[in-house]
Amino acid sequence: MNIPEDLKYTESHEWVRVEDGVAVVGITDHAQQELTDIVFVELPQTGDTFKAGDPCAVVESVKTASDIYCPLSGEVIECNEALNENPDLVNSEPYKGGWFFKIKLEDTAEVEKLMNPDTYKEFIGQ
Amino acid sequence: MPKRTPLYDKHNQLGAKLIDFGGWEMPVLYTGISAEHKAVRNKCGLFDVSHMGEVRVGGPAAARFLNGILTNDVERLSEGEGQYTIFCNEQGGIIDDLFLFRIDDDEFLLVVNAARREVDIERLRGCLDGFEGKEDVVLKDISDDTGMLAIQGPKAVDFIDAVITSRGCCCLSRAVSSLKRNQIGAFQFGGESVWISRTGYTGEDGFEVLAPVQVLSQLWERLLEVGGEYGLVPVGLGARDTLRLEACLSLYGHELDEETTPIEAGLKPFVALGKERFNGREVMLRQLEEGVKKKLVAFRVTEKSAPPRQGYPLVDADGADRIGVVTSGTFSPTFTEGLGLAYVEPAYARPGTKVFIEIRGKLVSAQTVKRPFYKRTG
Repeated sequence: MNIPEDLKYTESHEWVRVEDGVAVVGITDHAQQELTDIVFVELPQTGDTFKAGDPCAVVESVKTASDIYCPLSGEVIECNEALNENPDLVNSEPYKGGWFFKIKLEDTAEVEKLMNPDTYKEFIGQ
Repeated sequence: MPKRTPLYDKHNQLGAKLIDFGGWEMPVLYTGISAEHKAVRNKCGLFDVSHMGEVRVGGPAAARFLNGILTNDVERLSEGEGQYTIFCNEQGGIIDDLFLFRIDDDEFLLVVNAARREVDIERLRGCLDGFEGKEDVVLKDISDDTGMLAIQGPKAVDFIDAVITSRGCCCLSRAVSSLKRNQIGAFQFGGESVWISRTGYTGEDGFEVLAPVQVLSQLWERLLEVGGEYGLVPVGLGARDTLRLEACLSLYGHELDEETTPIEAGLKPFVALGKERFNGREVMLRQLEEGVKKKLVAFRVTEKSAPPRQGYPLVDADGADRIGVVTSGTFSPTFTEGLGLAYVEPAYARPGTKVFIEIRGKLVSAQTVKRPFYKRTG
């Protein structure tokens, strides 16, 4: 199970990389393994605003649809359009080409509430 | 506490993801639904379907009893033959859909859905109580003693005889691979008698084995050992669902329920209308004369979108009126697009009709198509 050291994690299995007040969001290796064959990703629109914990995207595997929750409050400034053509990037590169969207943070203090890699590792029972 | 099949430990060893299905803890996938689906279409897959129920109905009046209830014509079955048939209530609503095998002149084997087994037994006993020859019919639920495996896919026929080497007794003595579609025979495995039929629920050629629970693990292992060379892999219920959906085979609780008749469900070929009686006959005859309120259709999504799912509404081409509802939907691993089955008002049932599927508030273009999506060649 790949759990990069430089990321923060949520209990709903999203990861976050924060740089200069902007967070890149995706789902974890554990999440993609649980979902298996991802066939469609419904991304938010640029300009959408969310509160931390709001459902903001949907990941569809062959079998089921799963909500993705916004880890931090803010405004969506960019979405990963590559997922429209290649949703399987979420399976093959969950931390690279499989990122979902970037969000401009409303309150950078929220970042401290997210899990660090060790806590997430424990959380998923690894 | 969900029930477990005799292969529960095997599934865990293989790293299966388990889910609750009809009160059973069953493998939904081992490696991935798409890969398992493709394995069955191209080579072959092994399914544990031991959750299915098995009922024996025997005795001198067994054929007459069953023929007076079930929709298909029991008299069309010779010894060693099976048929798909439907058990309805008196209003024509579907209690269960099942496979009926005539294993002897006076002996029948019914393979029923796991989640409907108890209801089936209760209703069958109810029907038997009102049957004038009831002393000559014995009904026995053998589900707890019986396991079931399905070997499905074009390569299944190439190795089945290497696994089941010992033939059954008397007139049914022949190789498993010589069984024709829907035929059943008695064979030997691990010192026990097993029933093998050339049937399945995937749209592919293949076999289903009914075996005593004590030899099931041994049979599972032997099949994987011998079949491995032919590409046999374990397949979970996830791919079983996508395979049956591409083949437009109905699933109880999705396309079929007690509010739906076989006529509405497109199962008229399995209703022997010429018979004097079967449960729901009058309602079905009336529907054929006066028309139905809903019809089952197959549809494919014609734009890039999330896959359709059970419960999503169908909307007419003007985007104005709700005209139906999705009963099963998925992303199709074979056609790499969204497709499904739905009930619609009859005016929209003609193949080629443009409709919308409402997916989380968005209208997505779709079109009704001729059933099935997938039909095997050769």
